[in-house]
Amino acid sequence: MKPFQYLRPKTVQEAVTMATDNPEAQYIAGGTNLVDLMKRGIASPSKLIDINHLPLKKIEHRYDRLRIGALVLNSDLAQHKAVLTRQPLLAQALLAGASGQLRNMATVGGNLLQRTRCSYFYDLALPCNKRKPGAGCGAEEGINRTHAIFFAGNGFGGIEKSSCIAVHPSDMCVALTALETTVVINGPDGERRVMMKDFHRLSTQQPELDTNLGPGELVTAIEVVDNAFAKHSHYLKVRDRASYAFALVSVAAALQMDGGRIWDARMALGGVAHKPWRYWSIDLMLRGQVPSEKLFREVAEHEMEGAKATAQNAFKIKLASNAMVAALKTAAGIS
Amino acid sequence: MNRKSLDNPSDNSLSRVDGAVKVTGTATYSAEYVVPELAHAVLVTSTIAKGSITAIESQEAEAAPGVLAVISHLNAIEVPGWPARKQPAERAPVGTAFRVFYDPLIYFDGQPVAMVVAGTREQAVHAASLVRVTYRKEIHQTHFEKNTSKAGIPLNVQRAKNSPFQDYARGDAAALTNAEVRIEAEYTIPTQHHQPLEPHAIIAVWEADDKLTVYDKNQGVKSAQGQLAQAFKLPREKVQVVATYIGGAFGSGIRVWPHTMAAVMAAKQVKRPVKLVLGREQMFTSVGYRPYTVQKLTLGASKTGQLAGIMHEGTGQTSAYEEHLERTVLASRALYASAYAATRYRLLPLDVNTPTWMRGPGDATGMFALESAMDELAFALKMDPLEFRLKNYAESDPERNLPWSAKSLRECYELGAEKFGWKNRMQEPRSVKRGGMLLGSGMASSLYGFHRHPSKARALMQADGSVIVQSATMDIGPGTGTAMTRIAAKVLGVNAKKIRFELGHSALPDAPGQNGSSTIPSVGSAVHVVCEALKSKLVTLAGEMSERFRSGGQPVVRNGQVFSSGEDKEGINYSDILKYHQLKELEVTEESKSGAERDQYSMYSFGCHFVEVEVDPLTGEVRVTRVVTCADVGTIINYKTARSQSIGGVVGGIGMALMEHSAMDHRFGRYVTNDFASYHIPVHADVPPIEVYYIDKPDVHVNPIGSKGLGEIAIVGVAGAIANAVFHATGKRVRELPITPDKLI
Ligand SMILES: Cc1cc2nc3c(=O)[nH]c(=O)nc-3n(C[C@H](O)[C@H](O)[C@H](O)COP(=O)(O)OP(=O)(O)OC[C@H]3O[C@@H](n4cnc5c(N)ncnc54)[C@H](O)[C@@H]3O)c2cc1C
Repeated sequence: MKPFQYLRPKTVQEAVTMATDNPEAQYIAGGTNLVDLMKRGIASPSKLIDINHLPLKKIEHRYDRLRIGALVLNSDLAQHKAVLTRQPLLAQALLAGASGQLRNMATVGGNLLQRTRCSYFYDLALPCNKRKPGAGCGAEEGINRTHAIFFAGNGFGGIEKSSCIAVHPSDMCVALTALETTVVINGPDGERRVMMKDFHRLSTQQPELDTNLGPGELVTAIEVVDNAFAKHSHYLKVRDRASYAFALVSVAAALQMDGGRIWDARMALGGVAHKPWRYWSIDLMLRGQVPSEKLFREVAEHEMEGAKATAQNAFKIKLASNAMVAALKTAAGIS
Repeated sequence: MNRKSLDNPSDNSLSRVDGAVKVTGTATYSAEYVVPELAHAVLVTSTIAKGSITAIESQEAEAAPGVLAVISHLNAIEVPGWPARKQPAERAPVGTAFRVFYDPLIYFDGQPVAMVVAGTREQAVHAASLVRVTYRKEIHQTHFEKNTSKAGIPLNVQRAKNSPFQDYARGDAAALTNAEVRIEAEYTIPTQHHQPLEPHAIIAVWEADDKLTVYDKNQGVKSAQGQLAQAFKLPREKVQVVATYIGGAFGSGIRVWPHTMAAVMAAKQVKRPVKLVLGREQMFTSVGYRPYTVQKLTLGASKTGQLAGIMHEGTGQTSAYEEHLERTVLASRALYASAYAATRYRLLPLDVNTPTWMRGPGDATGMFALESAMDELAFALKMDPLEFRLKNYAESDPERNLPWSAKSLRECYELGAEKFGWKNRMQEPRSVKRGGMLLGSGMASSLYGFHRHPSKARALMQADGSVIVQSATMDIGPGTGTAMTRIAAKVLGVNAKKIRFELGHSALPDAPGQNGSSTIPSVGSAVHVVCEALKSKLVTLAGEMSERFRSGGQPVVRNGQVFSSGEDKEGINYSDILKYHQLKELEVTEESKSGAERDQYSMYSFGCHFVEVEVDPLTGEVRVTRVVTCADVGTIINYKTARSQSIGGVVGGIGMALMEHSAMDHRFGRYVTNDFASYHIPVHADVPPIEVYYIDKPDVHVNPIGSKGLGEIAIVGVAGAIANAVFHATGKRVRELPITPDKLI
């Protein structure tokens, strides 16, 4: 680990100023991702700005939305009453992630900003465009069983050369994407808001960038607007062991149902792309319909049309499709 | 959890004698010894799989804060006991240690190429990142399937006259060729790593120029002592090896590995004690692994289910510089009564580090294949898999033509089947559902050869009647001290609290390392024998104290007293015996080893596993939902720790079957699964209720305690039982481990 300077700001403003002045500075929250990256030599900040003393730890419901501070711990968020009653999908996704100990340290902001688990990214001895732009993607023709099947917008494209086929690892972000969350950001130019769908980036250009967060910018909160999905939502995570493993594929499915029919629907997928993968046409396909396995199968197959497999992950196309059917069935309450 | 299987009604098991120090964190592990002036070493490892080092730029590292030395082949001290030849021109037998920092040659990715020694670990880690190594690359071969044509009879087998790994055949091959029903299948297990949670670690201390003490994580203090003494040309007694507590090893600690040598060399070179702890990623290339193995099984039977022949061929991976051999195909000679049986074992040298024994070495691998194949043949015969095994039950050893010393495998099958509820099983695959999940059950047999090595133990009775029992045996987790305490307490008729068992130090009486399920059979016998000897002494001494002993009765011991006979009401306290004879303590040392019985009987531990799995038809996720495991290992010394041992074996088997896979990118010859996020071992949620049963009948021929080994058979067969259950649930036969969702959807 490279020696670094440790700073502990007391206000958001102070933190942002510290970060803006130093391109090599990095925020640290729970440290569950960043410390690992530093130990492996992938991140080597010269200044570490510990944001744990900033007043960003509140969960509150105001007007029509839940506002969650960036430093709220994953475990606290997953058991907060307002989350359990209003946004159970989010609680489910959080609990599907990592382990109890990690969730006790991990924060909302850190979870949003966690980096990919691609083995090539994690090993300095292997090529990686994300770590070292232009070095080549080791995974593209290597061990890519867990890698992406969606690349550039629904149905549009293949893998562009010298890019990156890593997937975004977060579970929380998949639920937040389905729930159309807003990310609140504070930076050198003051506060701004970004929709979840625009927060993370695709890897076609500048794969070294995971998000659209600018230099020095700090996530201060997320906001989830009230919805009518609480009764019919489900987070399904498919993984290589029963717990404590990143998703092969995950699905956040949220339905609004009334009188045996679906009136609104949202869905996002994890483990399939460089960012949580939002399925846009589901609402149109499901609105007014009576839920059935056949219907969900059609939806799933439609969604998978743009998918492209690499050598070892063709199974993900079928798996994602099956997982969508399973998640939608559970959300709809049909067996 | 099923309480019944937890508690044997007649049991009053000892709890772990070291339980309290372990759970309170006061047990001292290798990396935790407090040594003054301690320096820290960190290895720099190669990033190519074959070639040689052309340059090492270490100036920047040397100038970094706290750095004491950067050591490589350019400046490493000479190890006097190493032969001064080139690195092995041809593959050497296992145990001919790879000589670290000896020359610029690279044999595998992850090979230590340099080592930074600094005042703190952080300083060493940082400086290690500043060392620049340049290489001349050569084309490496790490891909098993692409190199199978290079597999051959191991050189060690070619040279040895009586190697058990030689090609084997009994009976007439035509029986198999002409069998009414035949199956032929190929099974693959990938490279799998032990990955104990405690990483390997060593503190090396040169107490004087010719006196070395190491606190080293290993499975055999005596063999480590011998190897270090030889390497540094010291008399054995000038080398002390301490390994009192070990956080799991599973075979990774059987050998003295390059990092151990590196730390000892570093300590000599910087003239300070040196600690070296392997990083998790270094654990993948430093301490061995279960080798990638491909096996072909051909089985034939009559329509009525009589085995006509077994042909078992196996090829395992080894390194380019050493041969690691294991029992992969051997179980197929002994387990079933088949008139024709043949085995072939080959090794494929690749540019990787040397594999080593991993729990159930060879047999866990081989029995996955054999027991899968038996299941496939039973299915082809439309026969119940258990019935098929019973039909081909070997009443005597078909390989050696000897009677078994004892075999209660039939009782295991019956007990296991009853507890599992096997008879209600529907034979048709994919025919049972539960809550939307496909439900399946499978079973497999288990066996493991009996190993007993000469062992010594010392018993020291103190003036207060308490006893210290000592042997240089090990505890890598099974609870050796607890079992030995139980043996001693029983023989001496004293409360276990009065006994302290000491192990894990090379100054103690000679004992084998902890491997091959040999500890209870070997050291348990020595403890038994030495306590018997101590008891005789006490009886004799007591006899000199009282008239009652002259009436010719049979003296007995109980409650820390000697009685002249079973009827005698008045005993003499051990402490009074010592006092009367003015003894401060009473010491006995004994050795115990096997004799002619080895040639008269064939000796194995046996067992079986019954497994239930649920498979999600949509996602292909497999969850083991229930396991019944049953073993015949002779007398059970201590139920509680034995049960934990069996549970651990099943958990290891779940990992082997469903998730463990060290994936290598062959373009680089480098593992890409090199942390616990990508190398999966079972977590609690993967482990179902496991019911453990023992036959618990003494094997009177093997040793004085009637006990055989349990550690290995606990895992042997588990992967096969799981694969068989998955087939039953889904109708899909997965022949390549691990059975992950991608293979089932
Ligand atoms: C073994 C393991 C298993 C895991 N399994 C899962 C899993 O199954 N599913 C899953 O979703 N996650 C998993 N995780 C990841 C875990 O969720 C993240 O490590 C965690 O959420 C990161 O939060 P943190 O507060 O510790 O972030 P840190 O490590 O402190 O920071 C991570 C990054 O975020 C930046 N950052 C932090 N806060 C802010 C902020 N407010 N504004 C701007 N930047 C910020 C930091 O600069 C850093 O770059 C796992 C992690 C581990 C170690």
